[in-house]
Amino acid sequence: MNRKKTNYVSWFLGAALLCGVLWVVTRYSLPSLLEWQSPFLSRCFFVLMVCFGLCLIRLLRGPTPADRAVAVDTLGILIVGFCAILSIPTGRDWYLDIAIAWALQSFIGALALAKYLEGRGFDE
Amino acid sequence: MKNKIVLFLVGYVVWILLSWPLDRAHAYVGVVVVGLVAFLTGDLFTRRPHHFLHVTRYLWFGCYVPLFLWECLKANIDVALRVLSPHLPINPGIVKVKTTLKSDTALTFLANSITLTPGTLCVDIDQKEGVLYIHWIDVRSSEVEKATQLIVERFEKPLKKIFE
Amino acid sequence: MSNIVGYACIVIGLVFDIFGCIGLIRLPDVYNRLQATTKCVTLGTCSILIGTLCIKGFTGAGTKAFLCSIFLILTAPVAAHALARGAHISGVKLWGSSVCDKYHQDKEHKQK
Repeated sequence: MNRKKTNYVSWFLGAALLCGVLWVVTRYSLPSLLEWQSPFLSRCFFVLMVCFGLCLIRLLRGPTPADRAVAVDTLGILIVGFCAILSIPTGRDWYLDIAIAWALQSFIGALALAKYLEGRGFDE
Repeated sequence: MKNKIVLFLVGYVVWILLSWPLDRAHAYVGVVVVGLVAFLTGDLFTRRPHHFLHVTRYLWFGCYVPLFLWECLKANIDVALRVLSPHLPINPGIVKVKTTLKSDTALTFLANSITLTPGTLCVDIDQKEGVLYIHWIDVRSSEVEKATQLIVERFEKPLKKIFE
Repeated sequence: MSNIVGYACIVIGLVFDIFGCIGLIRLPDVYNRLQATTKCVTLGTCSILIGTLCIKGFTGAGTKAFLCSIFLILTAPVAAHALARGAHISGVKLWGSSVCDKYHQDKEHKQK
């Protein structure tokens, strides 16, 4: 019973923190380096930044190497979406070329990380 | 030879999509590049090129895609609800299921569909015995037959029609 | 019209991305985290790319976004499978209150 209570409290704190961050990010369109015409997309951009932050927390805290590998893989997929969002307001289509190349390299990187993880276990 | 031609056609479609407003220069360069790639790596792409000529396989593929997308959407909502709930209602474990599919492509597609459907993630495949090891976020039954029925059977029939 | 559909797709994609990342933080072990991120983040990013396709229309950029989404759907599960297998081989244990681990049992059985 006690455990459940603390569970609720931490859940509530986490949800409040995340909602607060998202509110700040979406309430004020923060000044950005690119002078964008579209405030909506600049907010999308900062929401993706929050996702990156969550991935980085896992990357720093992850107890095992496998956790870090998963976080890196997730970051790779997120960056593809990031490039796609960047390509809309700036009107530069080559961001999508970067997205395709990044998807390829993140896939190959994930496979290489998996191979590395497999190699660690052979200790007989 | 046949599988090189198949790879050439598939690669040329991808090339056209990549360089979309198609002009003459891109079309010619595409023939050269895709031809070179098909000549060098054609044997790796498919072993049974005659399968690409069967029309029924494409029809079954057309049936399979909506099923897959629907399951995918369900999977996302399922995982999102589990993640957001304060109790964290998970009950994970690795179960073993059997499959009757044999060919490489069919097994790959089966593993991919299993990974993107509700609560399941393929961990390893044993092709010789036709066994898949699956991490299930909410284990409802750890017996082989029951798990097979719950996880694999939805996809086995269309995939068998498509790839076997 | 297509702009509105595209923006709706992008918002749905962002929401699923955030859910996936929350899952990455909250869930207890590697395999569960992999489940959350593979499903939610892959479909979220594909949704963003489809939104880009809707906004850009069927131009060079749109077709590239479409190809990229197909590529992601095909490769993300394979990468997840490889990572899960690597994690299991490198000896990462399942979460404490997991139900069963048939893979571990079979591997031990084979070694004997």
